[in-house]
Amino acid sequence: MTPSSGGAGSAKSAPAKAMSHRRGMNDRYAPVWMHLVAVVVIVVFLAPFAWLAIASVTSPSDLLRRPLRWWPQHLDLSRWADIFTGDANTPAGGFRSAMVNSAIVAAGTVTLSVAVAVLGAYAVSRLKFRGRGITVLGFLSTYMIPPIAIVIPLYLILVRIGLLDNRLGLILVYSSFITPFVLWTLTNFFDALPREIDEAATIDGAGRMRILWQVLLPLAKPGLFSAILFATMLCWDEFLYALIFTSTPASKTIPVAVAEFSGKFATDFGLLSAGGLLAAIPPVVVALVFQRYVTAGLAAGGVKG
Amino acid sequence: MTDSTAPTTQSRAGAPASANPSHGPAGPRKASYPKRFRHTYGSSRRSGGLAALLLLPAAVVVFGLVTYPVLRTVWLSFNRVLSPMPTAPVQMVGFQNFINAFTDSDLIAATGHTIYFTLVSTAAEIVFGVLLGQLMAQKLRFRWLLRAAILMPWALPTVVSASMWRYLLNADYGPINALLTQLGIIGSYRSWLGTPTSAMNMIIIADVWKNTSIAAFFVLAGLAVIPNELREAASVDGAGAVRRFFSITLPLLRPVIMVVLVLRTIEAFKVFDIVYVMTRGGPSNGTQTVAVYAYQTAFSNQNFGYGSAIALLIVVVVLLLAVAYIRMLSTGGTSDGGR
Amino acid sequence: MSEFVSQLNRRRFLLGAAGFGAAGLLAACSSGGTGTGTTGSSGAGASSTGGSSSGGSDLSGSITGLFMKQAGYSEDHINQMAASFMKLHPNVKVNSEFVAYEALHDKIVAAAPAGTYDLVFIDVIWPAEFATKGLIADITGRIPANWKTDVLQGALDSALYQGKFYGLPWLLDAKFFYYNKNLLTKAGVDPASVTSWDGVATAAKAVKDKAGVKYPLVWSWAQAEAVICDWALMTASFGGKLFDEKGQPAFTDGGAVQALEFMRKSIVDGITNPSSTQSLEDDVVKVFSAGDAAMGLNWSYMFAAANDPKQSTVAGQAVVTEVPTGGAGRISVNGSSALSITATSKNQDVAWEFAKYVSSLDVQTQYISDALPIWKSAYDDPAVIKTAPEFVPVAKKQFNDMTNRPQVVAYNAVSQKLQVAVQKALLGSVSPQQAMNDVKPEVEKLLAQ
Repeated sequence: MTPSSGGAGSAKSAPAKAMSHRRGMNDRYAPVWMHLVAVVVIVVFLAPFAWLAIASVTSPSDLLRRPLRWWPQHLDLSRWADIFTGDANTPAGGFRSAMVNSAIVAAGTVTLSVAVAVLGAYAVSRLKFRGRGITVLGFLSTYMIPPIAIVIPLYLILVRIGLLDNRLGLILVYSSFITPFVLWTLTNFFDALPREIDEAATIDGAGRMRILWQVLLPLAKPGLFSAILFATMLCWDEFLYALIFTSTPASKTIPVAVAEFSGKFATDFGLLSAGGLLAAIPPVVVALVFQRYVTAGLAAGGVKG
Repeated sequence: MTDSTAPTTQSRAGAPASANPSHGPAGPRKASYPKRFRHTYGSSRRSGGLAALLLLPAAVVVFGLVTYPVLRTVWLSFNRVLSPMPTAPVQMVGFQNFINAFTDSDLIAATGHTIYFTLVSTAAEIVFGVLLGQLMAQKLRFRWLLRAAILMPWALPTVVSASMWRYLLNADYGPINALLTQLGIIGSYRSWLGTPTSAMNMIIIADVWKNTSIAAFFVLAGLAVIPNELREAASVDGAGAVRRFFSITLPLLRPVIMVVLVLRTIEAFKVFDIVYVMTRGGPSNGTQTVAVYAYQTAFSNQNFGYGSAIALLIVVVVLLLAVAYIRMLSTGGTSDGGR
Repeated sequence: MSEFVSQLNRRRFLLGAAGFGAAGLLAACSSGGTGTGTTGSSGAGASSTGGSSSGGSDLSGSITGLFMKQAGYSEDHINQMAASFMKLHPNVKVNSEFVAYEALHDKIVAAAPAGTYDLVFIDVIWPAEFATKGLIADITGRIPANWKTDVLQGALDSALYQGKFYGLPWLLDAKFFYYNKNLLTKAGVDPASVTSWDGVATAAKAVKDKAGVKYPLVWSWAQAEAVICDWALMTASFGGKLFDEKGQPAFTDGGAVQALEFMRKSIVDGITNPSSTQSLEDDVVKVFSAGDAAMGLNWSYMFAAANDPKQSTVAGQAVVTEVPTGGAGRISVNGSSALSITATSKNQDVAWEFAKYVSSLDVQTQYISDALPIWKSAYDDPAVIKTAPEFVPVAKKQFNDMTNRPQVVAYNAVSQKLQVAVQKALLGSVSPQQAMNDVKPEVEKLLAQ
């Protein structure tokens, strides 16, 4: 056991230790009124989803009734059947491959962006060099460009490098505007970590990269996972690039597939609902898995009422 | 050894800040630290070479693909180009596109709508985000459900949520009309998207419903790094919950709020999908935003030069806003924010 | 003569292919399937596939086509057409991609410099724009002479700009007038009275009072191309013009203003659903299908949709007729579409042959369940009429009486300006006359560009 690894271990155990410290004081649940507020919040946020669920099993003609019935007379499971068993060429059947495409594009983009942004953020936060502020703004400015402005030249580039209508192509495009965001967010979170930590680890003999990976990143976990979560959502949500750059089930993503459920000629709200519900599930699962990291440093009942 | 970092955290937390909690804690964390350490730690050596090396991968990923498109956009903005074809005639017009932008009544109106949308939606998202972030941090019996519920809208792609709201608000068969009528809140079905003002407010509601989640989760993460000792100390002093929130928690959340504010402002100023799906800029252009206008100009009308100029103006405005926020929030009134 | 022989050869090929494709079609739609055989022989005189004397077998290359989802020929059927075509031409490969109408224009524009597509589906309002900007090829020289006489003018117009062909007509469509016969009967309205706009207004008042329908009329008057379609056809039926022969604005007086005044008045009088100003075509179908409207304008697809018991509560009650007259005739608006060969296509010959194949009378008759043919002769074919006896005769008359929206290069920009102006008048923020006067200089500025 080298001294430096001990230092890293200490970094990990510190929050945990602090947490156990605090626990004595914050064991109790929040007061009842706060639970009531939480119930109201849950209802407000979930009500539209409840209706999506109901609408997805209500026949199109029942959805138009006035007064609206809040429960379908008979269950119409055709949309779900279409999505799960429909031919891949139909809009509903194409949704399956869209889910896979979206997941791959999001995972690829987030991995690439976070990997390069962590290094960059460390440099901006911890190294002294000329033009740091400008560097960050320079990166961030690409995140500010409306996609519409650059979509045509980008299209040409993708054709030239053979990545049009291709998931890797989308990953590269998305990474170009998600990396600045991750880099900037991580810089902020690194900045919030006191430099005494680095100093202590340096004294222990750890190199810069070791400090970054074993000390700073674990401490910045909440920020890191917030950034990952947000980056995932940006990928999941992106519409215009995907609309223009993808055209077959090989790479069409969820927003594009869902957009095809509705058009000026026909919108089946039930199908849109079923697709929307399915689309919302993966990010929520990912988020719930990650949430314990996001809130790792948070003492139970952190802010007392 | 094991203790080497823990006290550090505490010493930072309990530092001189607690003497003047109203603005102190934010100051040292955001601005003073880098400054201070530039003398002690950072001044030991310049590390431009290493910094360049570490920033290189990010630079390749970010600028590798978009440099040419961005340069082309800049070039286009000084020209009159009415076709995407490489063989199309190009006419150099200098700053004419930009001059036109400042006298284009449609663009000016769209800017007004965008500013209104950005101000109201971002403000609402920050306020609700801070409140919900606090709520999520509580020890609640069904906290996972609360967190999942708050996340759900965010997980719904904008295209879907915008279509959903367009349907929910429909004047003829929308469930919101049905609900409000059946509850006796409104007498008859209303045309929520029927007038410019009402339509814009409905778009804002849809946007806030979806994007408050981001703010709330960033606040939750921000709370995670706030040392509890601070709040506990204040609580022992007998500070009321509200005062504690405003004097301690909120200032400590400043960096996080800044992140959210900048991100949401950028996104809000570029708002496109939700408007395009819900109203397509109508009725009578009442919900037209600058991004929708840039889209119509560049794509539908194939006026690429002018569309590029508008897009660049959007970038400039957003960049100025971002810099202003960063300065405002990072200085916290104590330092000159010399980053 | 030799041309005739080669046509015969092709026809035999086509019949074989048609029989092959019909197997799949039979499962999907029995009426279309049964029509196939008879039409093949009865339509022989149309010589629809004639023209180019190039024998098919020497054709080789690969093309990619961009088609529209949701309306017209279905994805499956277009793939079947491509498969049959490739059977005829073994050295040819046809790839098909499909996007929703909303994405079509932008996709064509974005892909144009890269030359991704060889064949693109275009709306009737785009030839001027795409031709002028060099996106699509002039194929006037390829169009067989008989097309100009055998194809309905409305379909030809979808590919024409300044007398030149920039595509092959493919889909024919127009807005029709639909009414709910039960509601009209309930209100004691004689269906014969809804043949004029005044009659429609009177009938709407009766339906409102006697049949308990709050807003008897619903329209697609959202800020979109849809509102221009309705306004353009009403303008024509009131004897007006949006633009004169020189392409200059003519909407500040006459029929255009009358039409707009009629539209606004119907809202003020409470006979038009005020939500019309946010409605697209699909909303019209939905409101009508829910029984919340008695009358409305829409494209041909509404006939099937409103009479489909799965989607509609008024199935069997929707009647389709020609558009009512405002005094100048029962004139509709042209909503046709064409297939254009892109200027960058490296296989223009293949693209041309494929487009010609899918727009031929035989193929169009074979897939009659999806869309009505562009060929005049089809409308007298009993097999075609049999597919939709209530609809085809109406379509035959209406397709001969359509107005075109202005063919100007900056059409989208002009249309956006007009949409806003029309909406201002509809919402009552300015008078119809004022709205038109205000927008005229802006439109003139766009036209001058």
